[in-house]
Amino acid sequence: MPTVFIPAQLQSFTGGARKVEVKGKTLREVIEALDAAFPGLRDRLVEGDRLRPGLAVAIDSVICSAGLRQAVRKDSEVHFIPAISGG
Amino acid sequence: MATVKTKKTTKSKKASQIPVRYRVIGTRPIRHDGVDKVTGRAQYGADVQLAGLLHGGILRSPHAHARIRSIDTGKAAALPGVKAVITSADIGPVTDRVVDLGEGATRLQHLRDNILASGKALYQGHAVAAVAATSPHIAQEALRLIEVDYEVLPPVLDLREAMEAGAPLLHEDLHTDDLGTKSMQPSNIAKHLRFEKGDLEKGFKKADQIFEREFLTSMVHQGYIEPHNATAFWNADGRLAIWCSTQGGFTVRQQAAAILDLPVSSIKVIPMEIGGGFGGKIHVYLEPVAALLSKKSGKPVKLVMDRAEVFEATGPTSGSHIQVKIGARKDGRIVAAQAQLAYEAGAFPGSLVVCGMMCIFAPYDLEHQRIDGYDVLVTKPKTAPYRAPGATNAAFASETVLDEIAEWAGIDPLEIRRLNGAKEGTRRADGLVYPRIGFLETLGAARKHPHASAPLEGPNRGRGVASGFWFNVGLKSSVTAAVNSDGTVSLTEGTPDIGGTRTSVAMQLAEVLGLAAADVKPQVVDTDSVGYNDVTGGSRVTFATGLAAIEAARDIERQMAERAARLWGVPASKVKAAGGVYRHATDSKKKITFKELAARLDETGGPVVGKASLDTSASAGGGFGTHIVDVEVDPETGKVQILRYTAVQDVGKAIHPSYVEGQLQGGVAQGAGWALNEEYFYDDQGRLANASFLDYRMPTALDLPMIDTVLVEVPNPGHPFGVRGVGEVPIVPPPAALANAIYRAAGVRLRQLPMNPGRVLEAILTRDGKPPSKA
Repeated sequence: MPTVFIPAQLQSFTGGARKVEVKGKTLREVIEALDAAFPGLRDRLVEGDRLRPGLAVAIDSVICSAGLRQAVRKDSEVHFIPAISGG
Repeated sequence: MATVKTKKTTKSKKASQIPVRYRVIGTRPIRHDGVDKVTGRAQYGADVQLAGLLHGGILRSPHAHARIRSIDTGKAAALPGVKAVITSADIGPVTDRVVDLGEGATRLQHLRDNILASGKALYQGHAVAAVAATSPHIAQEALRLIEVDYEVLPPVLDLREAMEAGAPLLHEDLHTDDLGTKSMQPSNIAKHLRFEKGDLEKGFKKADQIFEREFLTSMVHQGYIEPHNATAFWNADGRLAIWCSTQGGFTVRQQAAAILDLPVSSIKVIPMEIGGGFGGKIHVYLEPVAALLSKKSGKPVKLVMDRAEVFEATGPTSGSHIQVKIGARKDGRIVAAQAQLAYEAGAFPGSLVVCGMMCIFAPYDLEHQRIDGYDVLVTKPKTAPYRAPGATNAAFASETVLDEIAEWAGIDPLEIRRLNGAKEGTRRADGLVYPRIGFLETLGAARKHPHASAPLEGPNRGRGVASGFWFNVGLKSSVTAAVNSDGTVSLTEGTPDIGGTRTSVAMQLAEVLGLAAADVKPQVVDTDSVGYNDVTGGSRVTFATGLAAIEAARDIERQMAERAARLWGVPASKVKAAGGVYRHATDSKKKITFKELAARLDETGGPVVGKASLDTSASAGGGFGTHIVDVEVDPETGKVQILRYTAVQDVGKAIHPSYVEGQLQGGVAQGAGWALNEEYFYDDQGRLANASFLDYRMPTALDLPMIDTVLVEVPNPGHPFGVRGVGEVPIVPPPAALANAIYRAAGVRLRQLPMNPGRVLEAILTRDGKPPSKA
């Protein structure tokens, strides 16, 4: 199952767990599975049908551009990180 | 300049269909915009002239923190020649919400309040009202006639005091987002973030020695030469045109649309030539104000800041308070690292403390880490990015502590970095794992450089080294490219050219098509004339817009192959293109050059236009730098003279080496200014005391030696040519490298920026426990 790394600001949902394994073949499915296991997480990650503004997702350390449709492999790592650019 | 090449990885070879022996990449053609710039023909925002143009001015708060009880604009509006006067009331009501600006999100109310204060002025220079008049002089006279009744409130100038409970609040409705939980009481701390890896306590238990140090850095400005400017014309049909100096026409469009509650399609932004930005020309300040003045007056309106306005009212970068705790073994291995970074956000939330958190220990492979970050409001201008935003402050802290550890362990400063250095497969504190990176290669190149082993002759001299990291970004870019009948290609881009990107992007298109760089005619156009582009920032344009240009070139190449096939009456699959020549796959007599084929487009189907729109976030590739600096410290005055400077950086592949060298040298120059002289100097009432280039001391050519550069080329596997962003990394190491050099020259560890003569002298005088002389 994909491993989701939980940011510190969301670890209150997971009882302090820094990473969890959930099922899912797409980012949408992973987030739905996260929400099923830890109710309320979805609303902290998604607004409407998109990732929340200011949030980015890296699958296997690569920033995704496909949003919730992004494919996730069984052994993938999923990170939620701030969306930033630079100067 | 020296260049160190490394082998491409297998992965990058697979990614590339382009030969490693380049015809254009790696050469130094004359820049496409060079003649216009050196002859004064290039058009900047202040040059904009339109029929009926009005001149605007902005009234700014003289107070750092004040409630605005009332604003009376009656006398100003009655002055002959005045055509419009506006305050925040003219922006109109709008429901507050979080707006996504493509590269970050912010509260709409904060965005609006920063361009025209409503309710409270939150820093000296905060815009309060604006006028448009038939001349700049009348506009200035009208500003003097606006009467503002202020209730002056206590300023909040010290970051640490701002964090304390009971500090005067900038925003009574702001509660701390403390690791995901909203604080009960309002606070000046907007956000507390954390990255964590491993088991910190377990790591510290393995340490032979633990080093805990504390650092302060001052707010500094990017110092671009060209002031902010904006001209706007709100047409009678509701369409709005904005001419301005910006790092991104599309972000100006997005921000203006949000502030003015307009659809983006009704706004056209024309980015003019830009005289520097370095991150400071991403936020809007004048554009929506000029638009509102134009709407009210029915005329085009131009606003141009003077230098004091730029300092007082645009975004400098954060001052900071950083605490670092590092545990090390006697052999120099780092076993645990902890940091707490508090960054000034200015008057509204949104410092880039998270970038500092991502970068502070990024050059190293550390098993146990915890990094906390705080975004803190103070009554100073809202901060903006500045070249590797947040990373320079962070590296000043971590890289000087590392230097101290090297001395304690008896290890060479470059060696301790190699010993702990990150490489492919290293997991950072934010969780991401590095692909192929070139940090160790920069250390190796630094060690081999003659500077590293040159004798230091004379007293009071010392050598310091430091490293730095910036992750670089990709984001979205679009280009179109039209083939001309003379065999040239007109390349249309939407990313403003700050650092020579017209040429570096054109070179990539030329390489694919087998043309000379001069055969490509690049231009940066308005937001109606090209697909969406994110800003010029994050060291992304040569990488991301370059990728778009490569795709557009391949699109052209495919179409040109079809045209050759038509000429020969064969399927397109029978035509092979390479180096600007199209050949029949099996008949060696049939071949035609790109230029010959371009002349025959009319008989083969008409114009050929290539295009590409990409989201390139996936593979930007981080960059690392290692710097060596020699200084001499005058023990009587505390003045630090830089004697020699060498910047080594993993640049991926240098498309135009002169530009890359220039980026490194520019970054070092700015970093040296930040380290030794520059700071926002406020009096106790929050008034900026040095809002001019005379008093805000940026380095000049007289302050710096020739800066030597070493371009280490470790190709980025995410780009066909191996490009990595190069513009941000070089500002990261200088303050730490200089602090380490000062230590070796004078025996004092400076932990506060700037390390100006006064501070250095005080450290020298108290070095042996003696207080400084009161004389």
